[in-house]
Amino acid sequence: MEKTMDKAIITVVGKDTVGIIAKVCTYLAENGVNVLDISQTIVSGYFNMMMIVDMAGAKKAFADISEEMEQLGGQIGVAIKCQREEIFEKMHRI
Amino acid sequence: MINIGEVTETNDMIEKENLDVRTITLGISLLDCIDSDLNRLNEKIYNKITSVAKDLVAVGQSIEKNYSIPIVNKRISVTPIALVGGAACKTPSDFATIAQTLDRAAKKVGVNFIGGFSALVSKGMTTADENLIRSIPEALSTTEFVCSSVNVGSTKTGINMDAVRLLGEIVKETAERTKEQDSLGCAKLVVFCNAPDDNPFMAGAFHGVTEADAIINVGVSGPGVVKTALEKVRGESFEVLCETIKKTAFKVTRVGQLVAKEASKKLGIPFGIIDLSLAPTPAIGDSVADILCEIGLEYAGAPGTTAALALLNDQVKKGGIMASSYVGGLSGAFIPVSEDQGMINAVEAGALTLEKLEAMTCVCSVGLDMIAVPGDTKATTISGIIADEMAIGMVNQKTTAVRLIPVIGKGVGDTVEFGGLLGHAPVMPVNRFSCDAFVNRKGRIPAPVHSFKN
Repeated sequence: MEKTMDKAIITVVGKDTVGIIAKVCTYLAENGVNVLDISQTIVSGYFNMMMIVDMAGAKKAFADISEEMEQLGGQIGVAIKCQREEIFEKMHRI
Repeated sequence: MINIGEVTETNDMIEKENLDVRTITLGISLLDCIDSDLNRLNEKIYNKITSVAKDLVAVGQSIEKNYSIPIVNKRISVTPIALVGGAACKTPSDFATIAQTLDRAAKKVGVNFIGGFSALVSKGMTTADENLIRSIPEALSTTEFVCSSVNVGSTKTGINMDAVRLLGEIVKETAERTKEQDSLGCAKLVVFCNAPDDNPFMAGAFHGVTEADAIINVGVSGPGVVKTALEKVRGESFEVLCETIKKTAFKVTRVGQLVAKEASKKLGIPFGIIDLSLAPTPAIGDSVADILCEIGLEYAGAPGTTAALALLNDQVKKGGIMASSYVGGLSGAFIPVSEDQGMINAVEAGALTLEKLEAMTCVCSVGLDMIAVPGDTKATTISGIIADEMAIGMVNQKTTAVRLIPVIGKGVGDTVEFGGLLGHAPVMPVNRFSCDAFVNRKGRIPAPVHSFKN
């Protein structure tokens, strides 16, 4: 199971407002992306969320999802970034 | 599992501290293009480069997208052209046609520099080597993306002073032929001692003859990341300082290693090396000089600068070596003047002189880099400066290089604008005393003794 995973990290940063998680998760569900883990904090009114997702079953290419999420962020008024997990794994684990 | 703090740290490095991969450089051997007919040679070179490198830029861009890490430059290095063109080129102008072919190929595949218009003459020059060197002014003034380098010395062979003398004149002539653009041609010409075969950084990159047919080399960067990390340990001991640099260099290099592996896989070309250099850019905060200030100097160039730079260079290597399976190239801290805002500030404040820069090159990678000098500097004086720098490399068994720009029509106090990554530079004064009789001697300086180290 582990081998067939295709993990990515989604970060959402911006001013807190109603429904950010709902909108992001709806998009992910519609596109076949499975959420593995969510951590979220609010620092002085700023929403800061990280999601670990599995894109193995995604209906679109990584680049398309990444771009569409960025656009979605634009609509909500937050910055959404989608990156493959390896960059964090390599940098922070020996 | 990765936590939110680690993700934020990585993304802050990219977004706020200018972390990037400075270059993916594709090394291509042109030895199989050799032909005695010049037209056929040019055609073969063009075809080989444009087929091997056709996906380089697209692959670079897709990696950028996957990890949200900027890959600033995609570049190509080729076999030293003096070796490739020797059979076909009878005159310097023949060699210049190859430079034009390289330029066309670079434009076709979309890279921003192509290195390897080079000759390796550390002991002696063949006719082809000499013709190539004599063609450099024409080659660099009629092309946009071609970079040239000449290796004139090594620890094993000594210094070829005939080549050093000739290059003093070539640097001047290149400056003269590109004077409309502040002598920009000289920014694309490097003179080396102990040049590495696998350097991914321009202008000195070439694909050595000891290399495979094609290879991916990656240059990382990250002065801003090191600077920010050091801000948190102000006043701490040297032990803490060194540990912080090492850990940061490790993280930066791991990103380079990831990108190199990914590029290698996607292009189907073997991974060569990671170059661990801290390469500054003119962007604010992306400066090696700023790191030196953070270590505790008022300006780069103040007493203590050489020691601070030695420490920095060593810790970057210690952290980086652990992070990559293969390390090579120049690997250390670059100290170009025009490409580093902190260095420019130091020169303008009167803290940094050419002589101090020379001392700093004893402990850093590369050498006297991107330094603008008065346009009326004599060719023999330039040769003298080159000889000094080559001697430092030869005796200390390290790579050293000279990239001086005698800016035609400008003098001390003027500023030169090269634009883009090459930045801008105040024209620095040069020692005015003559070395004519020294430079005009014929022959070479013998290799140094490798024992009795004092």
